Amino acid sequence: MPLFDRKDKSRYATFTRRTLVMSGGMTIVLGALGGRLYQLQIRDGSQYRTAAEDNRVNERLIGPPRGRILDRFAVELANNRRNYRLLLVAEQASGGAQKALDNIARVISLNDQQKKRVLRDLAANKKFVPVVVAENLSWDEFALINQHLPYLPGVQPDVGETRSYPFGSELSHLIGYVAPVSLADKKSDDEDPLLDLPGFRIGKRGIEKQFDAEVRGEAGASRVEVNAYGRVIRELSSEPAHPGKDIYLTIDRELQHFTDQQMATQSAACIVMDTQTGDVLALSSTPGFDPNLFNVGISQDQWHGLTTDDHKPLINKAIGGEYPPGSTFKPAMAMAAVQNGLADLQVNCNGVLQVGNHPFHCWAWKKGGHGHVDLKRGIQVSCDVFFYEVARRLGIDKMHDAALLLGLGQRTGIEIPGERPGFMPSSEWKLHRLGVPWQVGDSLSAGIGQGYVTATPLQLCTYVARVASGRAVMPRLVHVVGNTLQPRPVPESLPFSDEALAAVRAGMNAVTNEPGGTAYGNRIAEEGLEMAGKTGTAQVRVITKAERGSGVKKNSALPWNLRDHGLFIGFAPVAAPRYACACLTEHASDGHPQVNIVRDVLRFAQQRNVLGLRTAYPLNAAEVTPDKAPT
Amino acid sequence: MTTRPYAAARRTLSITDKLYEINWGMVLLITIISCIGFAMLYSVAGASFSPWAGKQMVYFAVGMALLIAAAVTDIRFWMSIAYPAYLVSLILLVAVIFVGHSALGAQRWLSVGPIEIQPSELMKLALILALARFLHGLSIEDVSKPLRLIIPIVMIAMPAFLVLKQPNLGTTIILVADGFSILFLAGLSWWWIAPAFAAVATAVPLAWRFFLHDYQKQRVMTFLDPESDALGAGWNITQAKIAIGSGGLSGKGFLQGSQSRLNFLPEKHSDFIVTNYAEEFGFVGSVALLLLFAVVIGYGVQTAMAARSQFGRLVAMGVTLNFFFYILINGAMVMGLIPVVGIPMPLLSYGGTAMLSVMFGFGLLMSVHVHRLVEIPRHSGGII
Repeated sequence: MPLFDRKDKSRYATFTRRTLVMSGGMTIVLGALGGRLYQLQIRDGSQYRTAAEDNRVNERLIGPPRGRILDRFAVELANNRRNYRLLLVAEQASGGAQKALDNIARVISLNDQQKKRVLRDLAANKKFVPVVVAENLSWDEFALINQHLPYLPGVQPDVGETRSYPFGSELSHLIGYVAPVSLADKKSDDEDPLLDLPGFRIGKRGIEKQFDAEVRGEAGASRVEVNAYGRVIRELSSEPAHPGKDIYLTIDRELQHFTDQQMATQSAACIVMDTQTGDVLALSSTPGFDPNLFNVGISQDQWHGLTTDDHKPLINKAIGGEYPPGSTFKPAMAMAAVQNGLADLQVNCNGVLQVGNHPFHCWAWKKGGHGHVDLKRGIQVSCDVFFYEVARRLGIDKMHDAALLLGLGQRTGIEIPGERPGFMPSSEWKLHRLGVPWQVGDSLSAGIGQGYVTATPLQLCTYVARVASGRAVMPRLVHVVGNTLQPRPVPESLPFSDEALAAVRAGMNAVTNEPGGTAYGNRIAEEGLEMAGKTGTAQVRVITKAERGSGVKKNSALPWNLRDHGLFIGFAPVAAPRYACACLTEHASDGHPQVNIVRDVLRFAQQRNVLGLRTAYPLNAAEVTPDKAPT
Repeated sequence: MTTRPYAAARRTLSITDKLYEINWGMVLLITIISCIGFAMLYSVAGASFSPWAGKQMVYFAVGMALLIAAAVTDIRFWMSIAYPAYLVSLILLVAVIFVGHSALGAQRWLSVGPIEIQPSELMKLALILALARFLHGLSIEDVSKPLRLIIPIVMIAMPAFLVLKQPNLGTTIILVADGFSILFLAGLSWWWIAPAFAAVATAVPLAWRFFLHDYQKQRVMTFLDPESDALGAGWNITQAKIAIGSGGLSGKGFLQGSQSRLNFLPEKHSDFIVTNYAEEFGFVGSVALLLLFAVVIGYGVQTAMAARSQFGRLVAMGVTLNFFFYILINGAMVMGLIPVVGIPMPLLSYGGTAMLSVMFGFGLLMSVHVHRLVEIPRHSGGII
């Protein structure tokens, strides 16, 4: 039998032909694969290289250390302390997270609620992501953990940084506090990527808020290589964060501390100011709150306590409380009187001034009035009738102009948020806003600092500083930001005559330093340190005719929140005033607690010689040119 | 009988003669490609021989022994066991349905003592042998006769159906492609081929409707629009393309491929190993690899054409086409040209079964080469 028959030959020919066809096909297909390679690697190569780099490299923000806040002698009022933390990495915790937490709880206290939160956080993150178990540990706790570390797999001790306020509530209203970034913060114009950094804190009140941009600093960045699961493989490069700027305040911490102590448990506000420059040396509002709470995380109960307290610890009364200035307004009226030719006004006070059908009572109406009163005595004994007469003669618009010149009725522009403008009425205002013409009676009420007139304690302090210096001083709180000196313009002279200034100061001197003055019993007795001042009480309720008939209730007989506010403005030393001080005690005027506070504070400031001490502002701080100065 | 000028012409060759006849240049080529595989497995493991490169070397060594053993075994022996091998493979495919265990959602594996085998891999070679044997006995006229043709079609359809149900779409495609290519080479009439294409065109929508699993459908849908699911199922395709594309002209350099090292690549050691190669060696390296594959294929084609027996020709082309289909499907898959189906790159992807199956296939090819002058009568029924 032949090995190759005809059929064999024909199928061999077919096979060869078809094999060649298939080889051609395979060549074309392999060529197509090559073409696809060209497409991906050459034509679109750079695009895919970028994609690969994006895959590989992750930018991580490095939070900057927040700038410190210091007083005029470089005492740290807000700084950053070490935050001893405990982290747990799930994948390293042999025996499971629950067991790891139980073990940690044997070393430091850890309640079930905390444990639950940690387990929730662990579940929400990838297994290699460290989760915070505990923060703000004491050094002892931290040391104990470190000691037991060999028995705590997966536990990582970590030292971070957190904001700290060494003086707690004492400066709470002034410095403010930092807290985690809220949703509203993220929606604001602020597009700083730091806001998205986990655990980042921003200023929420006071200096912390106003100067947040300066103390915040700039984020650094670390470029790290990550794998597909986000685990960091190595760091490629890192750019350090720029720390925030330090802020030097004009405050003297010692004086602030002293002031705070004098106010004790009162709901009160007190400000001390340099009469020449407006530098605020102390600005206190009590009660305060512990700013550290907001940083660490305030509890529901604590927050509830702060918001429901009738002493309103969350309100900075020094700048945000508006009160009728009461008799402390009288020196301003006296100034207007002298300026408008009433220097020699003489009034006979019999306790009441009848205007039309309406009797206007002097506070001393029961004793039959003050008798013969001139301008100096009017201030000294705080004679209402005298100032009714002044107001009647001046008219509201002259009173308004004088008050505004002395810094009332408008915001002072102090560098912390929350300042209220107070109010000084005018005839135009009443007609336009209330649609009723101004009445003489309105002027009389305004003349003794009641009626429509309101002022913040800070405005009162500015006003007394202006009376003491004769210059248009403005309160200022911030002296140096980073290395930049904040503008301190020389205050212009006020358009009051020397005669007016002298007359008013003499009256205020008589209040404290001459027998019969309303605060003679609360004077500074030390020679050379004497203060001048003016007392005031502000009614918070209307005294009806019937009550006046049956006898005005004593404050002590009233519930706390209906009692009069006590006010006092003063300056010292009388001969060459350097310190101005204003104090308000809410619903406390019996026994003049506010006068005693001012007396003690002014005496302390002079004895300490706050303005004579060498400041510790940075020496190389550069002056800013006025056009660059913040407005 | 006149003495032929070379030893292979003799009816019986000594083992030494056969070893001499092996195309060692070809063996070297296969070794080079496998070494590229070792290097890539070393690279994706983060410059480490464990867990893949070391084992793969062992698989390769075993495979090489298998290749040589197969090469020196008489081609007629392979012909004689073609049907039994097919039957055994078919039984194993049925067995895998009942006693096999699954991996990645597909039931493909069978444990025989400590060895795990994939019957579908065995079936690929068994089908080639069985079809070659059957078609060897048919004249070119017989091939296209319906009653004769029904047999090879059933031979293809049975394993294809069983493998599709595992489910293993990639191997099914390769089985069908291998089978019909062999039929085509055996001389199937164009009168059959044209309607067959039409039938496939209608079968695809039906398969979509009734046979494809949800995950298979999803792969197709994802392929058509990878960005629609960029972090889910589209991830594979997107990341593979990034890896290949970012290699550029000359690549990032050995061990420098960030995509695979950082685990962006899925199945980086098995089906997607070439993406790492393309990333590290770029267009130049990738084209060089394609050329190496082309030389191997060219050698297979040449072996087939030089063989004197129809069985040898069909086996040689069957093995060669099988190799080619692997490259085509895997290459097209990782480059985003076709949907992701689980097909490894021969010689490069990690895996013992795949390595042994490919090497054994080359052994058969080499056996055809060694015994290229052996003539086997069409009606050689007495070989079993």
